[in-house]
Amino acid sequence: MIENRPWLTVFAHAVLILGIAVIAFPLWVTFVASTLTLDEIISVPMPLVPGSHLWENYAQALTSGTEAGAAAPVGRMMLNSLVMALAIATGKIAISIIASFAIVYFRFPLRNFFFWMIFITLMLPVEVRIIPTFKVVSDLGMIDSYVGLTLPLIASATATFLFRQFFLTVPDELAEAARIDGAGPLRFFWDVLLPLSKTSMAALFVIQFIYGWNQYLWPLLITTQENMYTAVIGIKRMITSGDALTEWNLVMATAMLAMLPPVAVVVLMQRWFVRGLVETEK
Amino acid sequence: MAQVIFRGVRKSFGNAPVIHGFDMDVRDGEFVVIVGPSGCGKSTLLRMVAGLEAISDGEIAIGERVVNRLEPKDRDIAMVFQNYALYPHMNVEGNMAYGLKIRGLPQAEIDARVARAAQILELSPLLKRKPRELSGGQRQRVAMGRAIVRKPAVFLFDEPLSNLDAKLRVQMRAELQDLHRRLQTTSLYVTHDQVEAMTLAQRMVVMNGGRAEQIGAPLEVYKKPASTFVAGFIGSPPMNLIPAGKDGREVLLGVRPEHLQPCAEGEAKMTVNVDLVEPLGSDTLVYGHTGDNGDGARVAVRLHQSFAAQTGRLPVRFDPAHEHLFDKATGLRIED
Amino acid sequence: MEKRVVFRSAWLPYALLAPQIAVTLVFFFWPAGQAIWYSFQLQDAFGLKTQFVGLENFRALFNDPHYLASFRITALFSFLVAISGIAIALLLATMADRVIRGALAYRTLLIWPYAVAPAVAGVLWAFLFAPSIGIVTYVLKKNGVDWNWVLQGDQAMLLVVIASTWKQVSYNFLFFLAGLQSIPRSLIEAAAIDGAGPGRRFWTIVFPLLSPTTFFLLVVNIVYAFFDTFGVIDATTQGGPAGATQILVYKAYYDGVKAADLGGSSAQSAILMLIVIALTVVQFRFVERKVQY
Repeated sequence: MIENRPWLTVFAHAVLILGIAVIAFPLWVTFVASTLTLDEIISVPMPLVPGSHLWENYAQALTSGTEAGAAAPVGRMMLNSLVMALAIATGKIAISIIASFAIVYFRFPLRNFFFWMIFITLMLPVEVRIIPTFKVVSDLGMIDSYVGLTLPLIASATATFLFRQFFLTVPDELAEAARIDGAGPLRFFWDVLLPLSKTSMAALFVIQFIYGWNQYLWPLLITTQENMYTAVIGIKRMITSGDALTEWNLVMATAMLAMLPPVAVVVLMQRWFVRGLVETEK
Repeated sequence: MAQVIFRGVRKSFGNAPVIHGFDMDVRDGEFVVIVGPSGCGKSTLLRMVAGLEAISDGEIAIGERVVNRLEPKDRDIAMVFQNYALYPHMNVEGNMAYGLKIRGLPQAEIDARVARAAQILELSPLLKRKPRELSGGQRQRVAMGRAIVRKPAVFLFDEPLSNLDAKLRVQMRAELQDLHRRLQTTSLYVTHDQVEAMTLAQRMVVMNGGRAEQIGAPLEVYKKPASTFVAGFIGSPPMNLIPAGKDGREVLLGVRPEHLQPCAEGEAKMTVNVDLVEPLGSDTLVYGHTGDNGDGARVAVRLHQSFAAQTGRLPVRFDPAHEHLFDKATGLRIED
Repeated sequence: MEKRVVFRSAWLPYALLAPQIAVTLVFFFWPAGQAIWYSFQLQDAFGLKTQFVGLENFRALFNDPHYLASFRITALFSFLVAISGIAIALLLATMADRVIRGALAYRTLLIWPYAVAPAVAGVLWAFLFAPSIGIVTYVLKKNGVDWNWVLQGDQAMLLVVIASTWKQVSYNFLFFLAGLQSIPRSLIEAAAIDGAGPGRRFWTIVFPLLSPTTFFLLVVNIVYAFFDTFGVIDATTQGGPAGATQILVYKAYYDGVKAADLGGSSAQSAILMLIVIALTVVQFRFVERKVQY
């Protein structure tokens, strides 16, 4: 910094630490609750230091679920979430990258029409067209299936734009050199463009994995059987009306489990995450 | 090895013509430099030979074949780009071998060709490096290597030295000349730098506004510029052009700065009112104007001795053999 | 911006676009078209008969005090989420930009809530504020605050605002930090030489330079509050008590799925689409302007 004012730096650290403490407080309470028994939680006020039932709670949640609410094991739900997140992330990347390739590297009739068609989907979040989309999916017999969970969420204007943006920064001469070297469009795509897009793909993967894992409304509508629930839906289904009846220790263990994969992805792949976030919004 | 023949080649982008009909026979093994200011169409011409731009009218033949409709890969050419266009994720070896691999050459043959090219260009120790780990000059050499391994009939160079610093450019120029002497491959070389054109070319094409103003050997172009544009473009500082009248016709009298010699007032052909003096060490550039009211033509003089005064009058003369005459209206040379 | 070089093929580009276009047609255009179509229809209670009623559904909506209330609630909710999220993030980003030691650690500790699902965020905060067992409720009650968001609308609103803001702060923080780091150092130094202290520099130099980022985040946060907070609401208040937190998206969902009012819900969807389109246009024009910078 420009002036040497130690108290300002101390102040900055203090604000940051306070901010982190407030932001992390719900996480801490959740973690503590996931290590207690239900009785300990409902005896107001609940303790703020971890208890001794960590393994029990997590083991029960993972293998058999709650007794009062949804009885599906969270292990199965996590698997469903994982399938959904991976399918959405890889699916979006795959169909977007080839679509962007077509739009950037070819001239053909209706090119602009297709471009706008993809662009306009930005304006139609699932939440807005939820019931008709649900009808289409149910007419196609995709209720309670992985295809029904993932396919409708796979078209992504955001990913198409990111790749388009990136392709436009690839020097023209590279494609010309490849043409002179005798590479056709697909060969150029596979040998040159795809390896160059690695970072963009990693960044998008992080963003879309989180998007897929955290889906709520869509799986809520599309899954009716417990063995198709995702982890996020599972938590909601475990909460029964009335604070006391809910097995909060298991709900909180499930919440921890449901948060773990996406948070781990963000923290471990932070570099790509930050890049992906800032670039998709350009 | 092949000749390159242009017959009435035209190019327009939409309705805007950029090449207005170009004809030339490039001989087998010849090194031809196409030179001109930016936007004169020189790169477009080269890219039409490469097959990267469609030919609007006329035809281009490489060897015996008209190539108008052939894909770049089928034209038996190789191209070196200004920004090198190396594949960033492949190492030096991979960059040079890529085109050969696509053509399906046997691995042993590929290895041999890459090794040979690497040896010629002194790249052997760098084969496993990625482009970003190379200096500008090394990248330039890899781009050259990628062209050499193809053993093409024609090399196309699109301002290959423009991204290098001045010192490296001089060195690479010499290497290019040496390479051409060894390989004797027909080469078309595009540049905006007249020094590169003068030093590399066996014949040069001076382009302006989509037309070839002059085609000829460098010294011929220097000695007999076909128009005021060529006179101004080739040579530095450019030729002095002084309005004059001859046989009742308005003309421009051209004399190169290096052909003006200081002399005594009595034998002077003209007198320069000095505005600025640039001592360069080996010689000195004097800029000024004719006439006393400041409305005369601007004149530059290259002196081979130092010139102490910063202002004043400099009487000069020149040998009539070094005099050029151009029509003032058309800018074309008036033959003597 | 266009590529100079292109490949030529009569069929390949269409083949490459086919998957994306197919998914878009089946799951975007077809349902969106249906939503608009349904919005002009009236369905009887058993779903047996439908009747074309023109703009009747829209007229009914705008005469429905609940719907108008939902509009006001959504506006208030978006405003609170956007303003508090942006203010907190700006404060934290400015501080994080100041510190040199531990900057990466601070960033890591501040960005993780982005990865938490809105519904899970709702559950976490609902648990902290649970009327009978919540730890924060306990503290509030000790201090004489009668806290029960299940019954009191204002408190329910506060809860969903807190949960939604909590999740969004990390996103805003990252953009502000990136914005701050892109301000040329020399500009700040010039201001310091001109005699501006840190506070004055922030308000006269840094904040104006961040205004494109701030405006961008404002739009993004409003979109977030409009649509992405569905999970927060559904996992906590479910629009209650007495509709006090029923934002537009939640009402469209509730009327369509729970109350089976297809026409009314579709009309609401159509209105929401118009809102998204308006927001996107605003954002797009802004992006264009930013390019000219």
